[in-house]
Amino acid sequence: MTYIRPKFRHPEMPKNKLGYTLNYYEGALSTLCAGCGHDSISAAIVQAAYEMNIEPHKLAKLSGIGCSSKTPAYFLSNSHGFNSVHGRMPSVATGANLANRDLIYFGVSGDGDTASIGMGQFVHVIRRNLKMVYIVMNNGCYGLTKGQDSATADEGSKNKSGNVNLFQSIDLSSLAIELGASFVAQSFSGDKTQLIPLIKAAINHPGFSFINVISPCVTFNNNVGSTKSYDFVREHVEATATVDFVPEMKEITVDYGKGTQKQVKMHDGSSIQLHKLAEGWDPMNRLSAINAVQNARAKNEILTGLLYIDPETRDLHHLLQTSDTALNALGKEQLCPGSAVLKELNDEFR
Amino acid sequence: MPVKNSQVNDFVVRFANVNGTGSASANFLFTKAIFRMGVYVTPKNIFPSNIQGLPTWYEVRVSEKGYLGRREGIDLMVCVNPQSMAADVASVNTGGYFLYDSSKNLHAEYIREDINYIGIPLMEMCNTAFTDPRQRQLFKNIIYVGALSALFNIEFKVLEELLAEQFQGKEKLIAPNIKALQMGVDYIQKNYTYPLPIRVERRDLTSKLIMIDGNTACGIGAVYAGATVAAWYPITPSTSVVEAFSSYAEKLRTDKITGRKNVAIVQAEDELAAIGMVIGANWNGARSFTATSGPGVSLMNEFLGLAYFAEIPCVLIDVQRTGPSTGMPTRTQQSDVLLAAYASHGDTKHVLLFPSTPKECFEMTADCFDLAEELQTPVILMTDLDLGMNDHLSAPLEWDDKREYKRGKVLNAAELDNTKKFGRYLDSDGDGIPYRTYPGTHPSKGAFITRGTSRDEYAAYTEDGAAYQRNMDRLIKKWNTAKTMVPGPQLYQDKNSFATGLLFFGTSTYSAEEAMDTLREQQVFVDAIRLKSFPFNKTVEEFINAHEKIFVIEQNRDAQLKSLLMIELGVDPKKLISILNYDGTPITADHILKQISKNQSPSPVLNKASK
Ligand SMILES: Cc1ncc(C[n+]2csc(CCOP(=O)(O)OP(=O)(O)O)c2C)c(N)n1
Ligand code: SF4
Ligand SMILES: [Mg+2]
Repeated sequence: MTYIRPKFRHPEMPKNKLGYTLNYYEGALSTLCAGCGHDSISAAIVQAAYEMNIEPHKLAKLSGIGCSSKTPAYFLSNSHGFNSVHGRMPSVATGANLANRDLIYFGVSGDGDTASIGMGQFVHVIRRNLKMVYIVMNNGCYGLTKGQDSATADEGSKNKSGNVNLFQSIDLSSLAIELGASFVAQSFSGDKTQLIPLIKAAINHPGFSFINVISPCVTFNNNVGSTKSYDFVREHVEATATVDFVPEMKEITVDYGKGTQKQVKMHDGSSIQLHKLAEGWDPMNRLSAINAVQNARAKNEILTGLLYIDPETRDLHHLLQTSDTALNALGKEQLCPGSAVLKELNDEFR
Repeated sequence: MPVKNSQVNDFVVRFANVNGTGSASANFLFTKAIFRMGVYVTPKNIFPSNIQGLPTWYEVRVSEKGYLGRREGIDLMVCVNPQSMAADVASVNTGGYFLYDSSKNLHAEYIREDINYIGIPLMEMCNTAFTDPRQRQLFKNIIYVGALSALFNIEFKVLEELLAEQFQGKEKLIAPNIKALQMGVDYIQKNYTYPLPIRVERRDLTSKLIMIDGNTACGIGAVYAGATVAAWYPITPSTSVVEAFSSYAEKLRTDKITGRKNVAIVQAEDELAAIGMVIGANWNGARSFTATSGPGVSLMNEFLGLAYFAEIPCVLIDVQRTGPSTGMPTRTQQSDVLLAAYASHGDTKHVLLFPSTPKECFEMTADCFDLAEELQTPVILMTDLDLGMNDHLSAPLEWDDKREYKRGKVLNAAELDNTKKFGRYLDSDGDGIPYRTYPGTHPSKGAFITRGTSRDEYAAYTEDGAAYQRNMDRLIKKWNTAKTMVPGPQLYQDKNSFATGLLFFGTSTYSAEEAMDTLREQQVFVDAIRLKSFPFNKTVEEFINAHEKIFVIEQNRDAQLKSLLMIELGVDPKKLISILNYDGTPITADHILKQISKNQSPSPVLNKASK
């Protein structure tokens, strides 16, 4: 069954620079469980795209399989989507991006989709620095197959059936930083104020941007003892800084105390502003980012916000030296060497 | 004294080498020289799955009649590998020749009364003439080529020309090579009667041909077809497809000033990722392909099902090798037919093309891209190690400049504006093929979600059984449309007139054609058909209906093509007699003839049943 939202909206709804209202960025009505963290993330994506004045058709949304991977149906209905196979979204996104460098590639995955079946592709898409946003809606379990532990479930945490997870968890953010991802952020589905600017900054980033979003599964993993439950996350979150994404440079009017703010200038004149920086952490220093994440883990805290960024990074197209024109826009004239050249090639085989 | 076999332009030479010793280029020089002398020649590499130190053979068949298949029996063995000497001695035809390195005495057990020995102290000669250890090893090979040129009457001038071409830009290397060649010639002239009764005589049979391997032809085909994204994972025997694509694309698609390229090639982390990238790129409107072999196709199954069901074009080149599992990774077979035809779970079927020459590798690679986009489905080119990695004489590659890329039913922004309601999976034209849109085309029309789950005509997710079934039935309608679009079979007669037919495809073709010649000489008449594609079209069906008995020739154990004919056309299995070859070497005409005669000789009587 497909749920379609009622089309009617109040005529006075505010419009963005492109003249689109917020609802233009919505998708079909979600079929996820009421209260599922994934729906909040979808809402944040809608808001970020609206505020960034994104042309929806210039964005392609891709996913694997899982409750989380269903969400592309629930945001940006005017964008093409690709709900691919379990754990393989990165490869599909890689091919799509190589074909047309002019679109925004927005990938959504789950912790099962990424940290288990899709670990190989996750690692390699980072290694290639594909220009895309990669959001993991991390609920520490397999929602769609009814609550089995995933590889991000914390050691010792209890799942719905009361079983204790025996295995160490994989920390996707640490891994991403370790692997050289050029943008790594962590957030909580319930924290829109933090999540929306992070999504915007990720979309704007010139390389691979990873956001690990803790997103409680209300049906299978929101019980006492689960480190991915609403209660646990609310109580154990510690932010690196307050994040603000500023599309174009403008005068900074608010003045925070000295030493507690930082501005990351992006290639296109936009900037990420960070206020109230956590002590001993520098978003442009990989080692300091890893330290901060690990320290938080040791204290049983979840560090959120922008963890690491390299604003100067160069993406896969740069490495491969592909032409500025999107490859899918090239025709026979540019691509086919023609019969005269083939004659010469034949002669090399005489 | 053993007899001395004498055949002009009709013999087989086999080189027994150790891999990694530089023998390949020397052996190639020998083959190419015969080609340049205008005589048909066909080389086969028989190599181990190993980089250095194991036995490797190179077999060259010379045939005035133009038979390009493998032939059993060795007329002259060049043995420079002591490891394999026992078997090598045994494999020589009675009356044949055994050329060996006589720096050391030949063991008594290697002496056969019925063959002729030609000893040349290759190692000794090399050690005296060259000081550099690498040169000593390399020039041993060149010396035996020189010796062979004297024995077979190969023109020295031709060898000189070839060396000059090979070392263009590295002219310093020409002189020592010529010196080594001359050493071989001199030794023969001083010590043996030459030329041998088996030898080469100049003809003018090959001047219109080229000598090329199938994988290179596929690579060039993909360049001509406008492929812009290639993703792959290394595996023998398919690696050289992407290597060829890459080197020609690099040469022909790089902007001379900026160095920027109209191509993107990614070595993926595995075959799953490779096919995923290909699907993503095609989904986004670029022509994209991958090349692999059986193990890779096994891994790609899930994605191939997605591409079939979600209707995304993709091109896969399967260079088949000997399975199952890792099997004999450097030997040939046609054993992925069923795997490819029905790859993935659920009801899936894929379009297959079967090339049998390098020229067809080129053309059919280009056809794959057209078909994949027109049919919005995976298309798999079923080549094999023999065709892909061995050099073959072939008609030159041909490209018609008027040929346009057939991009299939893709709606642009203006067309979307004129569309009332876009339905991605609507069968508007009644041929089962719907219309697609690329991402980024139109601000408010034509967007949809591509998915592997069932959906209705408007791409909305559905679990409605009726909608699911409508879609599956439309896919069959599309499949039937495919039958009218794929390259039809080659018939060897204007009219089916005999009771017995031969049916074959791919690299069995050379040997099947040779067997047909022999049958004709024996006054045994058969009709024949060469399949070029799956699904089978009307002509295939008619051919089968018109014959009482059909020999199905293929290179696998389980008669996979026969199964496919039975499944898809409902052919009575009793009618189909399999001729199978699955020892990893290319099938021979002899093998085909033996199997045919075992199954009673085909009737020369005109088939009354036909027509
Ligand atoms: C190849 C394959 N294996 C197994 C499945 C079954 N499956 C569907 S979703 C899923 C796990 C999803 O977990 P996650 O990615 O964390 O998503 P969530 O539902 O928790 O958001 C599994 C195992 C599948 N679809 N494909
Ligand atoms: S099962 Fe869990 S993850 Fe899936 S929709 Fe329900 S709450 Fe969300
Ligand atoms: Mg999950």
